[in-house]
Amino acid sequence: MGVSLADAVTISARNVVKAFGQGSGVVRALDDVSVDIRQGEFFTLLGPSGCGKTTLLRLIAGFEMPTEGTILLDGTDITTLPPNRRPVNTVFQSYALFPHLTVAQNISFGLEMLGKPASEVKARTAAMLALVKLEAMAGRKTSQLSGGQQQRVALARALAPQPKVLLLDEPLSALDLKLRKEMQIELKRLQLETGITFIFVTHDQEEALTMSDRIAVMSAGKIQQVGSAKDIYIHPKNRFVASFIGETNFLHGTAEAGAIRLATGERIDVPGLPAGGEATVSVRPEQVRLGLPSDGLKATVRTLVYFGTDTHCHLALADGTEVVARLQSPASGEAGLVEGQAVGIRFADGAVQRVED
Amino acid sequence: MAERGFQISRLPGFATMAVAAFVLLYLPIVTLVIFSFNASNSVAVWGGFSLHWYGDAWANQAVKDATVRSLVIGVSASVLSTTLATLAALGTTRRRAYRGQTLIYVMINQPLMVPEVVTAVALMIFFGIIKVATGYQGLGYLIAAHTAFCIPFAYLPIRARLESMDLSLETAAADLYATPWQTFRRVTLPLLAPGIMAGAMLSFVISLDDVVITEFVKSGGQDTLPTYMLGQLRRAFTPEVNAISTMLLGVTVVLLTAFFLLTRKRD
Amino acid sequence: MSPAEEQALRASARNGWLLSLPALVVLALAASGPLLIVVYYSFLTANDTGGVIRQFSIEGWRSIFLSYDIFEDRYTLADAHLKIFWRSVWLSLTTTALTFVIGFPTAWFIATRPPSQRALWLFLITIPFWTNLLIRTFAINEVIRNEGILNTTLLWLGVISEPLRIVYTETAVLIGMTYVYLPLMVLPLYATIERFDMRLLEAAYDLYASRWTTLRRVILPIVKPGIIAGSILVFVPSLGAYVTPRILGGGKKMMIGNFIELQFLQGRNWPLGAALSVLLLIIVMAALLVYVRVANRDRSAGHG
Repeated sequence: MGVSLADAVTISARNVVKAFGQGSGVVRALDDVSVDIRQGEFFTLLGPSGCGKTTLLRLIAGFEMPTEGTILLDGTDITTLPPNRRPVNTVFQSYALFPHLTVAQNISFGLEMLGKPASEVKARTAAMLALVKLEAMAGRKTSQLSGGQQQRVALARALAPQPKVLLLDEPLSALDLKLRKEMQIELKRLQLETGITFIFVTHDQEEALTMSDRIAVMSAGKIQQVGSAKDIYIHPKNRFVASFIGETNFLHGTAEAGAIRLATGERIDVPGLPAGGEATVSVRPEQVRLGLPSDGLKATVRTLVYFGTDTHCHLALADGTEVVARLQSPASGEAGLVEGQAVGIRFADGAVQRVED
Repeated sequence: MAERGFQISRLPGFATMAVAAFVLLYLPIVTLVIFSFNASNSVAVWGGFSLHWYGDAWANQAVKDATVRSLVIGVSASVLSTTLATLAALGTTRRRAYRGQTLIYVMINQPLMVPEVVTAVALMIFFGIIKVATGYQGLGYLIAAHTAFCIPFAYLPIRARLESMDLSLETAAADLYATPWQTFRRVTLPLLAPGIMAGAMLSFVISLDDVVITEFVKSGGQDTLPTYMLGQLRRAFTPEVNAISTMLLGVTVVLLTAFFLLTRKRD
Repeated sequence: MSPAEEQALRASARNGWLLSLPALVVLALAASGPLLIVVYYSFLTANDTGGVIRQFSIEGWRSIFLSYDIFEDRYTLADAHLKIFWRSVWLSLTTTALTFVIGFPTAWFIATRPPSQRALWLFLITIPFWTNLLIRTFAINEVIRNEGILNTTLLWLGVISEPLRIVYTETAVLIGMTYVYLPLMVLPLYATIERFDMRLLEAAYDLYASRWTTLRRVILPIVKPGIIAGSILVFVPSLGAYVTPRILGGGKKMMIGNFIELQFLQGRNWPLGAALSVLLLIIVMAALLVYVRVANRDRSAGHG
């Protein structure tokens, strides 16, 4: 792919460190983070609470300053620029709608602060109200709106000044499941329509997988892996990423050329694995196939848990290692297996991925 | 009320005692108010409804002067103390703890801790020296003293309001290109307004009610309503004092009700 | 910390000080600062015509406890002063106890009302709390004085044949102070009782405790912080009371506050008045310090 506009980097964080506290109580919320976010992409920062994702977002918005490192916007250093001078807007987790202003006044706030002429303010506010389908609510106080409507106002308010980057801090976490699904589609639509770079923070892996162009998985103040949803799911780089995104089985053993030898003495093919030392592989439960005891790794069925579409089969290898297989539930509802039954385990092609610890 | 079985939180005699406490708390005040409308010259025997004690009080030049003085001092002290308290509240909340912050808290709350009579004596000596040195005898001393002891009363509701205010609102304003001053004008101040109003009312009530400090600091002929009443109490009791008390009471109740409505949590 | 972060922190602290400064200046000039002058005056020599002579002396402090007998040329214990001190402390302690006896059931009653009613009951306690102390003292005086409503009613009922002489006695001061300071006891007690977990009562009764044992062994220990707060809030202003003893004690049953006034307004002995003021301040500060200590200990122990 050649250098096109779509590949231009909008936000670039370079060796960013953010430490809180003093003396021995120093906590590094961000520990040497570098990441490039491309123009027009839907980029998600995904991780458990306390992983540093919101801190990174606040540094990009300018609400806090990094302890070390720089942040660039279109190649310009904005590390110490105050938030009111950055063409970056935020959708807050709590929405932070001004309770003393109406819906329309909330949306026009940023435009007024930029000193736009009244006619432009009016026109853009109207356009934003239409974009989020809240024309009928223009004169209402924000406290009279439902959670979903407040969410839309927050979006319209942040989009109105046409920022280069829109930051979204867990914006869907306060909504119920049904509304959350609707808003996910809505957000994706708005991002495509406006062409603005979205940086989205969430701890919800499903949200991240369904909406993002690229995901950065974060943990303990570091970015663990950056890639597309498929990339990260199929080729997790390390144990943390593999277990945080979806469910997985880890198998541990000694590396041999192109294979791993388990404690049971059995071998699993891992194409490309160099010999020597210990190694861990990850296999997703849906890639586990069951067959006759003579076929593959020897295992015993421990428990069967019925989930509707799927049935989870918990198995034990000869040395007691647990492996979970996710099987499609047959029409009769019976998996054709009984607890205590001896089976053989095989893995789908390419399903065994080596992961770092 | 018929209560059946064992009421878990009921303690024997407590309800009776509580009701008695409320009756005892209000009986004297209500009596005072009722007898301010008494036609006869007694504060114990009812002689029919009349407003003539109010008329008498109003016709009394000393009462009129004291009322004006109380209002001038009350309004000045309330405006000044609320302004200073608002600035101090902005300076002591919502920022990382800094050196000397505790000292500021102690200074601001000091009038609540020191016995009034001690402050009164201290101000009498200090302002006495200044009066001699400058020759100025005006209401400035009373306004300064009232402003000082009203500051904590204005500070507390404003600070409470600031602390309960969602910090992300100001962050959002800055995010939407508002300068720090625009953020203050367009977001912080409108949201803080109920707290400021509450602080102003509270400090007005406190100033209007002060006896001890005013009694010690005032120069000759600078009676406020409370010190005028205190002076009257040395002589015979007249329902005229009841009438003045009732008016002061009315102002207090109205302002307090407004205060509660303003500081009540929404939703 | 990066230089930019440090700079922002310094600016924040500087702005904090600058914003607080105007209030601090007024407080220093018209509240805290003059207290230092009182300390200074307590070590000067009294001027017989009022005021002070700028000459060091500890006579002000000594005369709190000792009085000089000119005829025998020696110091004797200042009985009159000690009596006023003793009366102030005794009346303040009794007031505290009385407000607790009345205030605890009242606070309990309010805290056990349905939540929708509580605000109203609390408001009813708050109105007297904010009402002019002078008016309230005046109101209670109207009730208890010789021709007041209490005597008039009792005489009319025939319970007594001549009026009870209550005003200008220690009893009158005690009744008055209990009346005016009662809300100061109820409010902190309510605040603690409101957070009291009523399920603990179920547990206590379940474990065979009687109502009285439950009160003594479960309720009182848990609401102790509120009791201490209320006691300090009543004790401190009682000790420094001026208006109530002046009106109800009628100049005969003086408390420290009135005695201090006497030294200044009648121009008798300024250094003694200043020393008394400082002493009163020290006692009050000590009481507040005890309160802060206890409050902090209870907080760190996981109560409150």
